Amino acid sequence: MYRETEIIKDAPQFGEPGFGDLVINVGPQHPATHGVLHLIITLNGETIKDIKPNLGYIHRSIEKMCESLTYRQFIYVTSRMDYLSAHINNHACALVVEKGLQVEVPERAQVIRVLFDELTRIASHELWWGAMAMDLGAFTPFFHSFRERETINVIMEETCGARLTMNYYVPGGVMWDLHPDFQKRVKEFLALYKKKIHEYDELVTGNIIFQNRMKGIGYISAEDVISYGCTGPVARGSGVHSDVRKVSPYSIYNKLDFDEVLETGGDSFARYVVRIKEMHQSIKIIEQLIDNIPEGDFQAKTKAVLKLPKGEYYQSVETARGELGVYIVSEGGTTPYRIKFRSPGFSNLSALNHMIKGGKIGDLIAAMGTLDLVIPDIDR
Amino acid sequence: MTNEELKVKLTELLPSVTFEEGGEWLNVVVEPAEWLAFAKQLKSDEALQFDFLFCLTCVDWKTHLTMVYHLRSTKLQHAVVVKAKLDRTKPEIETVSDTWRTAEFHEREVYEMFGVHFLHHPDLRLLILPAGWEGKNPMRKDFEDPVNMIKL
Repeated sequence: MYRETEIIKDAPQFGEPGFGDLVINVGPQHPATHGVLHLIITLNGETIKDIKPNLGYIHRSIEKMCESLTYRQFIYVTSRMDYLSAHINNHACALVVEKGLQVEVPERAQVIRVLFDELTRIASHELWWGAMAMDLGAFTPFFHSFRERETINVIMEETCGARLTMNYYVPGGVMWDLHPDFQKRVKEFLALYKKKIHEYDELVTGNIIFQNRMKGIGYISAEDVISYGCTGPVARGSGVHSDVRKVSPYSIYNKLDFDEVLETGGDSFARYVVRIKEMHQSIKIIEQLIDNIPEGDFQAKTKAVLKLPKGEYYQSVETARGELGVYIVSEGGTTPYRIKFRSPGFSNLSALNHMIKGGKIGDLIAAMGTLDLVIPDIDR
Repeated sequence: MTNEELKVKLTELLPSVTFEEGGEWLNVVVEPAEWLAFAKQLKSDEALQFDFLFCLTCVDWKTHLTMVYHLRSTKLQHAVVVKAKLDRTKPEIETVSDTWRTAEFHEREVYEMFGVHFLHHPDLRLLILPAGWEGKNPMRKDFEDPVNMIKL
């Protein structure tokens, strides 16, 4: 079970290449990895020679589990993958089932879903921003970000009944109608948030110490981003047009007015700026929709037992971390024959070694923080 | 390119390919032995430019295994699904981790979950499962684990 002993056993002797290299373990219990991720780092002095991620500490084999769950049940498991984008994970699953059943989702449900998706995106980026600053030694931003994030969580709790694993989306729509106070609360939140969001730039973005630690760190070129399969803010930080909401729009995103944020720096600071700007874009989307929630059904009529016709279905959505793909192979039964979740964190993590190799150990945290890793999303 | 145009183009590149119906994208079936050369062409051909491998997985069909590669071009915005049938008792296929770097991690996952051996892979070790799981492939349909698996 203890794989690291092999490395110690094979340590080079005096005179052999690699002698003097230091192998250190970051994690699986390390505050900077934000979960149970284990990195085996080979150092020469302060320079990183190699990083080998060791995964699986929170592997639950969700894909195997889903093979014995029905199309109504498996959605709830996916909230436990990327728990900061629970709504968006559910959205991907609901969409792929609707695609297979060819269900027309009522417009009200689509608007509600997009509203919750964008609130989720803000909440996720908030948490990332606070944790990122905390990794770099600034503790105050964490409280600022959680102050606003809490407001979103209250909105979620009112309508969905949960704060983290909401399980609000079902095939055909959403589980129940919005809470009567929803619009009022969201407007209150927007008013508060628009006053506060400038504080983020004043507190952190413009800080010269912060900028010096972020600029030029963890560089990855546009070609490498595509080759490593990175998506989300990691790809857009290198100028790769990759927002699923724009590339292959789902739900009502093609009717909305918002911009895909692109930066060309390719370093940690560029990825940071992308996420900050994305929060502004999410506000823009919410503002367009909050007064225009159409009346009508919140759920389409579907059969009690769902059976996807024999075939293959794929649907991708843009979570806060990047492109989440759900691939279902159906044999016509009530459960999927095979299901694969293409999680954004898994591919983004695979680029970490390439990004930071040759850099300094102190910069590892600045580079890894901007990947925004959520470990259950990687391990599944 | 549309699916029809892709069909013509891919047949030109490799006459032995066959096409399968199903799904929203074109499904191409290749022989495992021809996969590596075909993959390089898919990426480098000017008219195709499939530079983004966005999903790599395997399906256990009980009689054989099928590797499934989802490819997209970030420049031309078309997509294709490539499949390769593997023998279930001795599954082997060339790695494409040189062509698309993301394949390195995804192939390691398929290696441990399905037991597919990727030839010439730079670092074919267990990724998610702990040491000692070699040879037992949890995602195969005949995998049994009376302790950890709860049957509904």
